[in-house]
Amino acid sequence: MTLASVGAVTTTLILVGLFLVLMLNLNQVAENVEEDVEIKVLIDLTAKETDINKLENEIRNIPQVSMLQFSSKEEELKQLIESMGEEGEAFELFEQDNPLNDAFIVKTEDPIDTFKVAEQIMKFDNVGEVVYAEDVIRKLFEFNQYARYVGLGFIIALVLTAAFLVSNTIKITIMARSKEIGIMKLVGATNSFIRWPFFIEGLLMGILGSILPIALILGGYYYLYENLQDRIQFPFVELLPYHPFAFQLSFLLLAIGAFIGVWGSVMSVRKFLKV
Amino acid sequence: MIEMKGVHKKYPNGVTALNGINVSIHKGEFVYVVGPSGAGKSTFIKLMYREEKPSKGSVVMNGVDLATLKERKVPYLRRNVGVVFQDFKLLPKLTVYENIAFALEVIEESPKKIRRKVMEVLDLVKLKNKARFLPNELSGGEQQRISIARAIVNRPGLVIADEPTGNLDPDTSWDIVRILEEINSRGTTVVMATHSKEIVNTLKKRVIAIESGRIVRDELRGEYGYES
Ligand SMILES: Nc1ncnc2c1ncn2[C@@H]1O[C@H](COP(=O)(O)OP(=O)(O)O)[C@@H](O)[C@H]1O
Ligand SMILES: [Mg+2]
Repeated sequence: MTLASVGAVTTTLILVGLFLVLMLNLNQVAENVEEDVEIKVLIDLTAKETDINKLENEIRNIPQVSMLQFSSKEEELKQLIESMGEEGEAFELFEQDNPLNDAFIVKTEDPIDTFKVAEQIMKFDNVGEVVYAEDVIRKLFEFNQYARYVGLGFIIALVLTAAFLVSNTIKITIMARSKEIGIMKLVGATNSFIRWPFFIEGLLMGILGSILPIALILGGYYYLYENLQDRIQFPFVELLPYHPFAFQLSFLLLAIGAFIGVWGSVMSVRKFLKV
Repeated sequence: MIEMKGVHKKYPNGVTALNGINVSIHKGEFVYVVGPSGAGKSTFIKLMYREEKPSKGSVVMNGVDLATLKERKVPYLRRNVGVVFQDFKLLPKLTVYENIAFALEVIEESPKKIRRKVMEVLDLVKLKNKARFLPNELSGGEQQRISIARAIVNRPGLVIADEPTGNLDPDTSWDIVRILEEINSRGTTVVMATHSKEIVNTLKKRVIAIESGRIVRDELRGEYGYES
């Protein structure tokens, strides 16, 4: 029974650990992307100065907009040339007769609002085209959000189950010692005095249960980090550095393990000490 | 020391065990509680160490009403009340010495004092030579003496015993009663529920007779009053 409880804590923490490795790294990627998300509003070539001012005001009035910056077509071209490197030199020909549009660069307070804001801007007059983060990024956002909730629910369910098993184990110890506890109460032991051995028992089960998961995280993440970090070629994607991430995570698992154990013991002892 | 006023006790199952008890027990008294089985003697005794709470009325001990005493203060009440049962309630895996020391350990007495107090009380019950024995290596009378030793090791002001001689033969019973009398002569209040006509009628003390949850008789130097 004790083994089953420690096993439940171990299983829970391994799953929690795996989930957190995935989740936190995904979060990191999402954050990298989020910092870079902007909307480029290309202004119609026919727009006059007053039209542009009007458009600027309209965009500024959208509540979610946090930054608005004008970028002239000359600046746009310069950027384009720079971004193309060697090949960009060819575009220098256009400097005399710039085919690009003036543009507004817009950022939103929360990157999640990018799509809503972009759609709104699209409806304004004198807007030629609205360019913004692609579908992939949108999916990433959505997935990330969704995964957070599912994962959290999953973790809570696991922690509850493990705490329940621990509490059952402790209940058995309490039953076995019920005569002793009865006498303790009779001769005037305080509840906290009676409680602490069970509290320690729960804590110990939690800590024991976290040893294997921590070893797996420290070893496994090291292996993952060493082998994957340099091979990843996607933009924005990089693993959280082994140090301090693996250690922080280990510490967190230990804390969750201890919490499960202590909570399990509190649950089982509380009922028993009435009267 | 103890004052009960208008005490009623109705158990959750609907049984009314006490039905209007009014009584005062003073410091240093020795009191027998007698009456037929099911009369409410044990319930009466349980009120005194807050094992049960009255449904109505007050149980005041040394100025504190046990009916309204906070749960977390109950342990401190019990440190001033020693309880002895018919079935001894000793821990079978602990030695005689350890069983008595247990009562001091759980109230976090210092190890030095524990040793001294346990030896003192073992001397009083005349079982010093059996300190290392396990309970099941002792006779019933000896086990009860250990349980009394445990009850008094913390020097409580009140010792209550619920049929302490119920499982013992007459000779052994007398040993137990003499120890209780000895404790009483040193100033401790003793309340003892008993079915022993011989003891009550020989060692004359105050007798409280309970029938159907009421006190029907309360006499100093009283008689047992029932056919044994
Ligand atoms: N814990 C309890 N729950 C319900 N009824 C009880 C409980 N303890 C005692 N009683 C009932 O209360 C009455 C008095 O019991 P008790 O105080 O044990 O009497 P006595 O000790 O004089 O034999 C009895 O009818 C008994 O069945
Ligand atoms: Mg009884």
